Amino acid sequence: MSRILTTLTLLLAGLGAGLSCASAAAADDTFTVVIKDHRFEPSQLEVPAGKKLKLLVKNLDATPEEFESHDLKREKIIAGKGQATITIGPLKAGSYRFVGEYHESTAQGQIIAK
Amino acid sequence: MLATAIIVFREVLEAALVVGIVLAATRGVYRRGLWVSGGVMGGVLGAAAVAVFADAIARAASGVGQELFNAAILFAAVLMLGWHNVWMSQHGRELAGSLKSMGAAVRGGSSHMHVLALVVGMAVLREGSELVLFLYGIAASASGQTGGMFAGALVGVGAGAAFGAALYLGLLSIPSSRLFAVTGWLILLLAAGMAAQGAAFLVQADILPTLGGSVWDTTAFISDDGILGRVLHALVGYTARPYGIQLLFYAVTLGSIIVLMRIVNRGGRAGTVSTARATAKSAH
Repeated sequence: MSRILTTLTLLLAGLGAGLSCASAAAADDTFTVVIKDHRFEPSQLEVPAGKKLKLLVKNLDATPEEFESHDLKREKIIAGKGQATITIGPLKAGSYRFVGEYHESTAQGQIIAK
Repeated sequence: MLATAIIVFREVLEAALVVGIVLAATRGVYRRGLWVSGGVMGGVLGAAAVAVFADAIARAASGVGQELFNAAILFAAVLMLGWHNVWMSQHGRELAGSLKSMGAAVRGGSSHMHVLALVVGMAVLREGSELVLFLYGIAASASGQTGGMFAGALVGVGAGAAFGAALYLGLLSIPSSRLFAVTGWLILLLAAGMAAQGAAFLVQADILPTLGGSVWDTTAFISDDGILGRVLHALVGYTARPYGIQLLFYAVTLGSIIVLMRIVNRGGRAGTVSTARATAKSAH
């Protein structure tokens, strides 16, 4: 019984270590954009080209927003006071526009892949 | 108000075009108005429910719940549209015949209407949930302009519905002997386009590879943002920068439905002949 417990604990510890490694690796490739007062912050984001990336969009407004980008071919609803992760890339070097579809006049941004 | 009208119009457009095609494709089917309006109402209720649970759906499946949900709805619609076309390749001639004898109820037409009502419901649900969230946002921010914005929403819904109605009326001007051939093609392209759109959601969810990030780029001719681009997107799945996998899904869907229609059509004809013979024999 105790051996099983030890094995389990070891397994769990290993799993935990693996997960924390994975999330550490993910953190390098994660870029965060905040939506506040229907604007993106930062509105210009520099990212490395030729690499798969994660875009974490945090919506600090109380109302929902739809992250939309024809250039990136992405559309995702982000609930009010919610957040979402969007996988993008690998991108060719260049600029990619994105907007908040529900407030397109103010919620505009650009990703620049270098 | 104008900004609101434009956003609402965009969301309504796709669903309205689907309803227009379905209405034309079911001309002469008994009680189709009831089925289609039932589909629209079910879709609206579903959209409200999806909007309420939007955050929960988004968080599901480690953050790609929204993509999986959209893809699932699209692929279900593809199956149903495909089923419709296969069914029509067997019963289309009866239906075209009954159109000439005005208003005759078509046997088997109602089981076929379940499927199309679901397609309508799913189109309304997918586009409608985004609309509900948008309108909720307006209502929640409760600025002095709320009245103007709701007027804008009504204009947007009206404009979107007008596109659907125009498509429907345009299709009705086709002689009834040709109508189902045309709606059959439209539904085929609609299904293929939805399959490609579903594939794009699975790429976004990082489940499918792109197989080529952007096979071509026709943004300079027809952009995804413009009205023409959006109408073509809704009707035939147009996208200015398709992934390789989208083209693959498009071609496979198109090919499979056509092959199934051919097979059933051949079998159906043989079946009709043998039934006719049997009937003739028993009459003697």
